[in-house]
Formats: sequence, structure tokens, C-alpha cells
Amino acid sequence: MPSSKTEVLQGTLDLLVLKTLDSMGSMHGFGIALRIQQVSEDLLKLNQGTLYPALLRLEERGWITSKWGVSENNRKAKYYSLTRLGRKQLGEEAESWARMSAMINRVLGTSSQ
Amino acid sequence: MSEIFHAFRQRLAALFRRRHFEDDLDEELRSHLAMAEELNLRKGISAAEARREALRSFGGIEQVKEICRDQKGLPTIEAAFRDVRFGLRMLRNSPGFSMVAILCLTLGIGANSAVFSWVEGILFRPYPAVTHQERLAAVTGTVRGESDPDAISWPDFLDLQKNCTQFDAFIVTKITGTTLSVGERAERTTGSIVSANYFDAIGVHPILGRGFEPGEDTGRNAHPVVVISYQLWQRRFKGDREIIGKTQRLSGVVHTIVGVAPEEFYGTFVGWAMQFWVPASMEEIFESGGYKLEDRSARWIEAYVRLKPGVTLAQAQEEISAVAKRLEADYPETNRGRGIKLWPLWQTPFNNAGTLLPTFEIMLAVVVFVLLIACANVGNLLLIRSLARHREMTVRLAIGASRKRLVKQLFTEGLILSAFGAAGGLVVAHWCRNALVLLFPSRGGVAMHLPNQIDWRVLGLSAGVCLIATLLLGLVPAMQASKIDLAGALKAESAGVVGKRGTAWFRSGLVLVQVSLSFVLLVGTGLLLQSLQKIRTASPGFSAHRVLHTAVDLVSAGYDAQRAQNFEDELITRVKALPGVESAAFARSTPMSYGSYSSTPIAVDGYQPAPDEQPTVEYNEVGPDYFLTMGIAVASGREFTRADDEKAAPVAIVNETMAARYWRGKNPVGERLQVKSRWMRVVGLARDSKYENVRELPKPFFYVPLRQNFSVQTALNIRSLLPPGAMAAALTREVRALDPGLALYEVITLQEQVDRSTSPQLVAATLVGVLGGLALLLAAIGLYGVMSCAVSESSRELGLRMALGADASNLLRLVISRGLALTVGGVLLGATVALVLTRSLGNLLYEVSPRDPLAFGGAFAAMIIVSLAACFLPAWRATRTDPARILRD
Repeated sequence: MPSSKTEVLQGTLDLLVLKTLDSMGSMHGFGIALRIQQVSEDLLKLNQGTLYPALLRLEERGWITSKWGVSENNRKAKYYSLTRLGRKQLGEEAESWARMSAMINRVLGTSSQ
Repeated sequence: MSEIFHAFRQRLAALFRRRHFEDDLDEELRSHLAMAEELNLRKGISAAEARREALRSFGGIEQVKEICRDQKGLPTIEAAFRDVRFGLRMLRNSPGFSMVAILCLTLGIGANSAVFSWVEGILFRPYPAVTHQERLAAVTGTVRGESDPDAISWPDFLDLQKNCTQFDAFIVTKITGTTLSVGERAERTTGSIVSANYFDAIGVHPILGRGFEPGEDTGRNAHPVVVISYQLWQRRFKGDREIIGKTQRLSGVVHTIVGVAPEEFYGTFVGWAMQFWVPASMEEIFESGGYKLEDRSARWIEAYVRLKPGVTLAQAQEEISAVAKRLEADYPETNRGRGIKLWPLWQTPFNNAGTLLPTFEIMLAVVVFVLLIACANVGNLLLIRSLARHREMTVRLAIGASRKRLVKQLFTEGLILSAFGAAGGLVVAHWCRNALVLLFPSRGGVAMHLPNQIDWRVLGLSAGVCLIATLLLGLVPAMQASKIDLAGALKAESAGVVGKRGTAWFRSGLVLVQVSLSFVLLVGTGLLLQSLQKIRTASPGFSAHRVLHTAVDLVSAGYDAQRAQNFEDELITRVKALPGVESAAFARSTPMSYGSYSSTPIAVDGYQPAPDEQPTVEYNEVGPDYFLTMGIAVASGREFTRADDEKAAPVAIVNETMAARYWRGKNPVGERLQVKSRWMRVVGLARDSKYENVRELPKPFFYVPLRQNFSVQTALNIRSLLPPGAMAAALTREVRALDPGLALYEVITLQEQVDRSTSPQLVAATLVGVLGGLALLLAAIGLYGVMSCAVSESSRELGLRMALGADASNLLRLVISRGLALTVGGVLLGATVALVLTRSLGNLLYEVSPRDPLAFGGAFAAMIIVSLAACFLPAWRATRTDPARILRD
């Protein structure tokens, strides 16, 4: 599997979106996509379209909300922002992610020795 | 929790905003692409390239939309809709099953809703238009040592009102009647004597004019004003808008009409619709027994109180009892041994609520039985069908449906059935709502009235019943479905491998329960019918069939005592001369009519009452030949004659129970009796008879001559074998000959009067009878279903038996004996239950033992006959089994 084009797991994408909204505040879909690509230094080559089902899912769970606004270039765009519930969820997910990756690192570390 | 709620709300909203969602998504994606394109342009890429690059990095637009749509869809709700659609299709596919199941449920739920709605409409919210009925309570007097409540005197009432603090209002209402003559027509109307605060206290505002003003209930005959009902206004006054201030003669006194009550207001007396209301100051005009507003010993008031918010009945009772105690101490002469009791509205003893209560208690139990039978039936049907659908279920499981999903599907089907049943049930309840009215005799144009709308509590209860029914119904096949053994079932050639023995037992169990429940109802019906029969044929102590009863309205015509006496003398002479008349007599009150006897404290030579006892006895004022006319034997002494008039010494005739109680069984003839400080000589001893209803126990009673205690309004009793119609024609002629302005009342036999007084028993017997029949029908359906199913399941066995030489009669006997075994088992179970339950019929039964063998035997016979009928068709089908085909298959 080509390592530069890491596939994004569904749960991971959710976490990335939540984190992005947490650190950047209210953003539109395109902005979120750009930001994720930037932060992952283009390592994460996601089809920007896959972001939208994720946004919809998060919104239905009540973790983010959306409302129409106007972009910096005077274009109508839908802006997403984190809810209180979403912030709580982010904390939990980040923690479980940290536990999981620590565990995987440990497993990989021991097996490579 | 809030998360689930949020998601649900989102999805629900999405369902109704599908269009909106699509547009939104389109716009959002367009905006995304435009921004990407713009960014690319700014990077210096050519326009065409910028667009292509934006599309490329986005991925498939249509796929994204599709995924979004899928996600946005409503898996749960949509699945539920799918289940409903599928369920409806299944029901349509087997219309026979669906019809029977829905019919069973409709009858079961309908019966429940109807009875709930009666109970609610008659016992809990009996008075349309009256505010805060939940805080109303009925008030009566009590007499130490007696269980029957008594009325209250006006002075006591005023003292209670003055000294109690826990009440918003004290309301007097006393049912009364008068003859209303508008133009040429005269008719009997029913009205209430009320306290002046009546309309204000119950929150009813006349639509025209006013209610009564404070003080209008004081002063002897001082305020001849009347509020009339909307119905009376429409019917007799043609809705005259200018009616206020006009006058109307009531009981011979000209009254000014001051108000018209709202259309939906019928007064505050369960079972009667009031036509007019007069203030208590006019009591003497409408009530017998003279002026009573200042007489503490004259008890005639029926009253309600409205408790202050938050006050319980027990607290209120405590306070009112304390006040009654003080009254007893202050006025020992009149109040010795007297108390005051509060009753919840639904136990009101002085109107039909109290009489109907036991009937309704039984009805509630009965309809629950009927519902259980109906549910068992539908459960059975579902079970039988689930066997038939076993194959379908197995296949669905095999291709990946979850068991949960199947159970949900089956529950949905149960829910659909009971939703149809509930809808049907509500329609039935709506029809039946006023059907109850038909069971009550319309006494002289006065009918029972129920508020038409069904209240939310009834809807709630019915919905609850329906929900429980559904759970019960869905449960049975659902249990089956979750037990399906996939591999085994798929391997098997035909359906019906799983739990066959088990379900057969279960189904038989359901039928057993049905049979036993319907048996109980049949026994109850039998007991009530017998009791009704006994009541209707019981001797009231007078010859009811041979005595005709009527009255002439002298009061409205303004007759005074002298004129009335002359008229009565003339009329009696003329009536006695009519062909076919044996004798005739006037009397003030008629047996079995609504509470019309006067009662009075008495004293008897040589009888020493207990310290807290005030002997009080009811009496009637009767004319010469009364006992002869009524057919009441005078055991000793003589009956009243024309010589017992106002100039003669006061005399009385006592009944046997009175003689036994106050003269200790000694012959009282020649002894003295004191009534209201007047000494009377006892001249006769009459046999006991019934006075107010057939079921009453013998009670002390005495008679005084009408002439010595005259009142203008009297009833005429005629001993004759003529039919009422012929007598009415002859009487009208005679009355008109004397005074063409007089109106005659309806002519009826006294038996008719007796029958009218037994209407609660009639209602109870009729309703339980109808429901018993219903239960029997349902049980028959159940039995038929089970036997049919058993026959088709055991067709292989039957075919084998035929092949081995069994003939049709053998098979017939085999199947029917199985059905009968179930029936007999159910009957035995039912008989055990019935022996325990029928005791609770207690006071509805009259001279019938709760273990009456005739009722039990009759129910047994009915059950056997019906079950034979139910088994016959399946059994006959069994004999049609073609052994060759069965064995070949």
C-alpha cells in the first residue's frame, strides 16, 4: 500500500473534522477540507466529497451545527461549528485515539525489536 | 438521551423537508466547487483546468449526494413504515382472518370504551357545564343506627354553611316536580328547589337574564322567580328572546321568569334533566308537608358542597362532623343521633349515581372479561396464522433478517390489528354513548341525559387497553418466531414442525380460559335475569296489576283546599259509577314513585326510646277505601271512612312492622300515637307492603286520613280491570264535565310504576346479558378456530384412521369429543371462578342465591350447545378427509 496516500478511516475523518472545528472555529466545508490537507501536509489525500457525508453524520448526532453564511469572497456557504456535545465528544475520541495509538505503537515497537 | 432525541428530531424534520434538504445539498456542493475553482484560478491555472482540478479533487458528486441521501433517510421510521405497509398487505391477503380478528377486537375494545364512557359520563363528570366537579361532594344527614342516609333541614343547612371553613360553597338542590301549563297543554315537568347561590357556585351562567340573587332563598314564598332550561325555553316558549320578565304559573303561583339556563346544562341530578329552578324560599309551593324553612325537624334538602382547593374529603368530613356534633348538643329535640356525611360525587346516594354504582362496578369487571376473551381469540388466530407463515419466517431468517426485525414485524401486525380494533371500538362506544338512555324509562317526558363528547380520560383508558391488547397479541407469535430452528425448519418438507405440541397446548389453554370466562359471564347473566324476574314478579304487598294510577292537576288550576275537596268528592262518586270500576281512592303519595313520603318524629304511649334515638316514621295521607282499592289487607281494626274528616277525632292506621317495633307486637288498635304534638288514635293494623322499591326491607309506616291532613295535590288510584287507555278516555270525560280547564296526568297501572322503579336491575341484567352473549360468541369463534386448526393439522392422522377403517361417525365423535373435553374443562374452571365471583353480585341479586343451580345449569347447557355447534363444522370437514390423497402426500 502506498504510504503517501493513506486511506482515511471513517471514524478518523470524524475526529479530524471535530478537531479542525475545535481549533479554527466556524468554517465551511471547503475550508475544512483545505485545512485537513494542510495540517496533514497533503499526506492525507482525501476526496473532498467524502467530507460531506461525514459533516451530515456529525450534524445528525448533534456534535456540530450548520448555518448559511457568506464566505470571505462574498459567496454563499454553509458554515459548521462545534456544539457543546461535540466538544465533549472530541475530548473522549481524542483520548481513546491516544490510548489506541499508544497501544499500537507499543505493539509495533515490541514486535520490531 | 438528548443525543438520541436530537438525532430523532433531525431525522423526523428531514422526512418532511426532503425537498429542502436536496436543494441545500446542491447549493453547498456548488459553493464548494466554486471556491475550489476560484482558488485554483488564483494559483494561475487556466479556467478550464481550474474547473477540472476542482471536480477531480472533489470526487464523484453524484456518489456523494447518494451517500448523503442514504444517511439522511430514516432507517427506523422508514422501516416502521415498511412494516406497516407489509402488515397491511398481509392483512389484505387473508381477509377472513383480518375481519374476524378486527371484529373481535372492535367488540372487546368497544365494550370497554362504552362502559368507561358511561362510568365517566354518569359517575365522574355527571353534570355538563358545571365547573370543578372534582371538588364537588354530596351531603346527606345520617341517623345513628341506620345505614340509609337522610335529608337535611334548612336551619341545619344554614348552620353548617355558617360554621364550616373548608368549603367554597354549600349548594341546596332538591328535585321537585310540577305541572306546567302553557296554552292548552299541561305536562309534568321536573325542576329543582335551589339555594340562591346555586348558579354562581356551580359556575353556570344563564344565557338570558340572571341566576338567583342573594336573599332570594329567604322569606316564606317571598320570591316567586324561576330560571328555565334552554330546552323548556325552546320547546314551550318557542325560544322567545323577550321571555325575561314574563310570568308563568307554577304549582298555582305566578312566577316571573328571570333567566334561561345554557343549552348544555341539565341541572345536578344524575338521571334526570331539570326543566326549571326555583329558589328555596318557594319551597312550600312545590314541596308537600308545609313551610319548612324554619323547622329543624323537617328534613328535605339534598345538598352539595364544593371543597376548597387542596382540602381532602376526610378533612372536610372531620370539620362538618364536628359542627354536626355541636348542632346535636344545641338542639337535642330535633338533632339527637343525627350526623352529616359527605359522599364523593360518584357515590351520591340521593340520585341515580348511587343506584347505578354497583351495576357499573360489575360492568367494568365484565367488559374486562370480554376484552380478555377477545384478546385470547385474536392471539389464537395470530398463532394459527404464524404456523401457516412459518415457512415465510424461516426464509426471511435464512436470507438475513434479524430475529429482532421479525419480532418487530409481528408486533407491528398486532398493532395494526388493534389500531383497527380501537378505531372500531371508539365508533361502537360513540354509538353506545347514548344507547344507555334507551334503557331508562322516560318518566313523563323526563329523560336521562349524557354529555355527548367522549372525554380524554376515556380515550386514554381505551388507548391503554388497546396497547395492552397489542402487547398480548404480538407476544404470542413473536415468541414463536424467536424459537424458529433454522436448520431444522429448512430441512423439513412442510411447515409446522416447530413447537407443534407446545403451541397446541398453548392454544388449548387460551380456549380453556375463554370458555371459563364466558361461563362466568353466563352464570352472572343467569343470576341477574332470574333476580330481575323475581323482582318483577315479587308481590309489592298491593295488587299492582289491578290498580290504575293517575292524578288531576288541581294545583296549577289554582284550586284551594275547599274547592279541591269538593272536586275530589264529586270525582270519586263519578269514577265509582263508571262501569268496570270496583273502587277508587285518593292518596297524597304513590308507592314506588321518587321519594315522596313525608316523615315525622313520633311518640308512642309506653314506648321509651333509647337515649340517642328519635323515632321517625314515614307516612302517607290516604282517602276512604284506600286499602280496599290498593288491595292491602287490614289485619285488625278498620280502614278509613268518609267519617274520618276534619271534624272527627284524629286517627291513624299503622303497619305490622311499626306495631312490632313500637308496641312490641301487641295489637295497637285502640292505642295512641303522637305526631307533631297531635295525638291520634290507632284504628287499624295494615299488612306490610313495599313503599319505595321492591327490594326494600319491611319498614315501619303509617297512614292518616287525607281529610285530616289535606293537601291539594293528590293521586287517584282506581281498582279496575279496564285497560289504562279506556280508563283514560272515561276519566277525561268525567274530569272535563266537572271543570273543562283541568288537565289529567298519564293513566298507568301501578305495575308500570313498579317496573319503572326496577330500572337499575333491568339495566344491569340487560347489559350483562348482552355482554354475556358477546362473550359466548367470541368463545365459540375461539373454539371453532382451534378445532379447525387441529383438524387440518392432524389430517395425516385422520387419513390414517380412515384408511384403517374408521368411518365418518368415528371421526365425528373423535373431533367433537376433543372439543367437548376442552369445553368441559373450561366450564369446570369457570364454575370454580364463578362460585367466588358471583358473591360480589350481592346487592343486585334479589332472592336468588349466588350459587343458584338453575343459573349454573343454564350456563353449562348454553356452553355445551354452543361448543357443539362450533366443533361441528371442523368435525364434518374431518370426515371429508380423502385418505388416499393424504397418505400419498
